[in-house]
Amino acid sequence: MDQESVHQLTAAYALDALDSHDEREYEEHLRVCDSCRSELVSFRGTAATLAYAVAAPAPPPALRERILAQAREERSTVVPMRRRWVVPGLGAAAAVAAAAAIGLGIWAASLHSDLSGSRKALSQQQTIARVLADPSSQASAISGAGGTLVVAPNRQGVLAIRGIRPAPSGKTYEAWVIRGKTPPKRAGTFARSGEQLLTRPVPKGSLVAVTVEKAGGVNAPTQTPHITAKA
Amino acid sequence: MAALAVFSTFDSREESLRRDLAHFSDEALVALVERGDEAALGELYDRFGRPAYGLALRVLRDEKLAEDAVQEAFLGIWRTAARFVPERARAATWILTLVHRRAVDLVRREEHRRAEPLEVVPEPVGGSTEESAWLRLEGERVRAALRQLPDQQRETIELAYYGGFTQSELADRLGQPLGTIKSRMFAGLTRLRELLSEGETEWTKSPSTN
Repeated sequence: MDQESVHQLTAAYALDALDSHDEREYEEHLRVCDSCRSELVSFRGTAATLAYAVAAPAPPPALRERILAQAREERSTVVPMRRRWVVPGLGAAAAVAAAAAIGLGIWAASLHSDLSGSRKALSQQQTIARVLADPSSQASAISGAGGTLVVAPNRQGVLAIRGIRPAPSGKTYEAWVIRGKTPPKRAGTFARSGEQLLTRPVPKGSLVAVTVEKAGGVNAPTQTPHITAKA
Repeated sequence: MAALAVFSTFDSREESLRRDLAHFSDEALVALVERGDEAALGELYDRFGRPAYGLALRVLRDEKLAEDAVQEAFLGIWRTAARFVPERARAATWILTLVHRRAVDLVRREEHRRAEPLEVVPEPVGGSTEESAWLRLEGERVRAALRQLPDQQRETIELAYYGGFTQSELADRLGQPLGTIKSRMFAGLTRLRELLSEGETEWTKSPSTN
């Protein structure tokens, strides 16, 4: 197959509309073609949106419990503290293989090529997950927005905020850690809802606050915070 | 102040846990699933189970098979969450891609089903009042974008995505050269992407931002 027609397969691949032979060929091409990879990420997003065009009855309530029960069962066979699952049974192994093939299509392949660029962000995501998953972490409610402040025993803090408007252009949200009467300390900037890893430890009893500041952040808050949480 | 000991495996704690998880993004939930957090998997199911089931039912047109596809996809999330790279794609895309893939794999084993005539335009089924407002609005937005595609492009994309037909099968079925099908698919998906990004705001990106 010539190069041009392989590129054109990106749309069909994103729609899962290639037969297995073309699919393998395309995946080989994907390993070496940056432009197809980024086109595929974008097409996959568009294709997945098509799922919402189909309204449907709610799934049977028992389905949720069945999924969670099987997940629980598989976890009990997993070697503790390892991130790679050991999966029992042939059917399960086949499902893993199918999922792995898709992973190869976008996620694993792109991880391979973009590793240097995304390493920092990746480790930040992992740090956030560690704080959120730590059973000894403390959670407290946020006032002024939906969300939770989660602080790990080592005082690393994650601010999980939902449903705030994206910062207007030229502006940013800036987080502050405020302890007693001392001046607020900068704890990172962000643009939208999501989890923010605070760049400063959050001592017990301190206040975490968020203000809207000019892009890039400022050294001291210029307004009264409307979002706060007590650690 | 509540201890996050909620991230344990005990069912009795699941209720209090889910309140906390509701504050987390889809991507953070996948990161928790990667660490074996079963409640996070439950929260992802609560967010995506309905569109996932709707999609699988549309492709498979059989309730039992649709349940199988959804179950296998969510167990795929459970087993392979470590492969998800949040900097590259939204978790919603990853999840719905897994569901679609499982549904298509299953429908291709059910040849007799696919021989049945397929109505092309997706129609909402069931009481929309019980759907979340976000799902309803997003559905309207995507259906409106589909309606704006040229007929032949829309037909090709709908048969491929909802019907599970490969491009070669579509060439046979529609009596067109393979090259024509490829072009329609590429042009159609490109146009659809434009149409959807025109109507997109930060608020329409995901149920989790509401």
